[in-house]
Amino acid sequence: MVKIFIPADTTSCALGADAVAKEVTLQAQNRGLDITIIRNGSRGAFWLEPLVEIEADGNRYCYGPVNPSEVAGLFDAGFPGLCEHALLLGQAADIDWLARQDRLTFGRAGLIDPLSLDDYKQNGGYEGLNNALDMSPAEIVGAVTDSGLRGRGGAAFPTGIKWRTVLNTPADQKYVAANADEGDSGTFADRLLMEADPYQLIEGMTICAMAVGATEGYIYLRSEYPKALQVLNQVIATAEDANLLGKNICGSGRDFHIHIRVGAGAYICGEETSMLESLEGKRGLVRFKPPLPAIEGLFGKPTVVNNVLTLAAVTTVLAKGAAYYKDYGSGRSRGTLSVQLAGNIRRGGLIEVPFGASLRELVEEFGGGTASGRPVRAIQVGGPLGAYLPESQWDTPMDYEAFTEVGAMLGHGGVVVFDDSVDMLAQARFAMEFCAVESCGKCTPCRIGSVRGVELIDKIAKNENKSASFELLEELCETLDQGSLCAMGGLTPMPVRSAIRHFPQDFEVSSGSGVER
Amino acid sequence: MRSSDEGTGTVVSGAVRKYANVPGGLLPLLHEIQAELGFIPADCVKVIASGMGLSRAEVHGVISFYHDFHDQPKGQTTIHVCRAEACQAMGSRSLEAHVKARLGIEYGGTTTDGRYSLEPVYCLGNCACSPSVRIGDDVYARVDADRFDELLDSI
Repeated sequence: MVKIFIPADTTSCALGADAVAKEVTLQAQNRGLDITIIRNGSRGAFWLEPLVEIEADGNRYCYGPVNPSEVAGLFDAGFPGLCEHALLLGQAADIDWLARQDRLTFGRAGLIDPLSLDDYKQNGGYEGLNNALDMSPAEIVGAVTDSGLRGRGGAAFPTGIKWRTVLNTPADQKYVAANADEGDSGTFADRLLMEADPYQLIEGMTICAMAVGATEGYIYLRSEYPKALQVLNQVIATAEDANLLGKNICGSGRDFHIHIRVGAGAYICGEETSMLESLEGKRGLVRFKPPLPAIEGLFGKPTVVNNVLTLAAVTTVLAKGAAYYKDYGSGRSRGTLSVQLAGNIRRGGLIEVPFGASLRELVEEFGGGTASGRPVRAIQVGGPLGAYLPESQWDTPMDYEAFTEVGAMLGHGGVVVFDDSVDMLAQARFAMEFCAVESCGKCTPCRIGSVRGVELIDKIAKNENKSASFELLEELCETLDQGSLCAMGGLTPMPVRSAIRHFPQDFEVSSGSGVER
Repeated sequence: MRSSDEGTGTVVSGAVRKYANVPGGLLPLLHEIQAELGFIPADCVKVIASGMGLSRAEVHGVISFYHDFHDQPKGQTTIHVCRAEACQAMGSRSLEAHVKARLGIEYGGTTTDGRYSLEPVYCLGNCACSPSVRIGDDVYARVDADRFDELLDSI
């Protein structure tokens, strides 16, 4: 019996993986071949999806990207055996795009059956929890602190400090809340992790619970990810059956339960306090800080709120040690960054590399330039609230501090590439429009300023009172920056200002009435 | 459909019973009602509020805050077109125009035959293969005007 691996994650299916699986089944039946199809997750090389793998002589070989119409031809050439075919890529290690990465978090993605607990365990899964169960809470927190791990959701707050705060805050109930409300455009790392290696999130949350003394955990998952929901529901049930969740986990005398809560299409709920409100069943209005969620979080109790990738990284820290993790990285950004290469890009996908790689290296060497074949003009990093970087900034090393220095941010690691057809005035306008649509409405600068921002950019586009409009727009950006409670209003000026600063020619519209420029 | 209808009443009271004692249960409750009925009828608000120990204003506030919840029936299938930056970089602005023209509706609208509703979405997390469109629960990658027409014709 031959094993055939065909990914079942959202992106692979969006590219036809289900149709490929159906066709492979049909062809095998017609030819009387004994096969088993394993629906793995993607390895993150989305430009090669649907990537079909077969097992031969104890190795796995990749074919891709496979179109359903090419399946019959593959079988004619000798598939599912190892056969000469234009789509044969060799072993995963032969694919330079994958081989050049340092996969600490995404090493199992694509390799294993996401639903198989055995697969997870056989590939290093639950080693971190096993170690953690032999450690005191303070030792676990110490390891996380020593690793230098910082929050991967975008704010880059030191994870160990957050955990220590929760550990040291006495309470009758504490919570772990995984932020899986991955709303930034250009990001999909959380989704890929949940669909390709979901036990890693469960294990990371469990380690966190052991460290801080939480007995209840929530995953706040965005509603746009129905496949991830299905996967998580299944693996939580399996982990409960295996006594890796629930009461007296692995005989440790400790309890931990995980519940999934599905969001309802509000970007702002990715902001941690808004997410807590939403978890409590309320409107996702941002809370004042202090109190910090670590002290008064979910239902008023001490709560660790961490991004999916942060919790996932903790499993590596506990399995291999803080020093191992800390050994990767640059400056104060330790470990690996899961870059999500997106937008107008030839070879897009998930690229996990140590902090410090340059944007140019990622976009040109990994990405191979634009999908359109036109020159790259602007790169937005860090989601809709991140800056647009011009070519002069593409050599900036990708670490938190270096990006802050050039007026940009790494955020959750989303990299969206635009070619030279981009209209940066339109992008600046969209940033304001997006803020107007998604603002929770609590702060005036964000709620109303964003609407005024759209109007001002429209005036600039029409050449109306141009210098006055620019001046007012800058003042508005200053007000949003300084006067907003959270990053939504506070960072919306970043894409707007970077577009104006680095691409001024796009705002020099000469059409209209020819009034003041 | 009205909440006085027997089916609606059963769904709503069943959901209220299920989530009344669940911490933060209002969102899952609303998701369940909407999954069953296709929308959240305005006259259910009172029943939900009293069952969950909330004010009607609180329940209405939550329904109106989230893009996913709606108090009017939608088409049989909802089509979400991604409007976010990664898709913009791959031509989603012209795709949006095409989809609206093809369906003859704007965002928030439903076709007159009741088959399709059109909604914007800000990221489907499929950004390496843009532009993305979600039809029902299925996401499609690299969708241009022709591909969209092909997808629509195949439904």
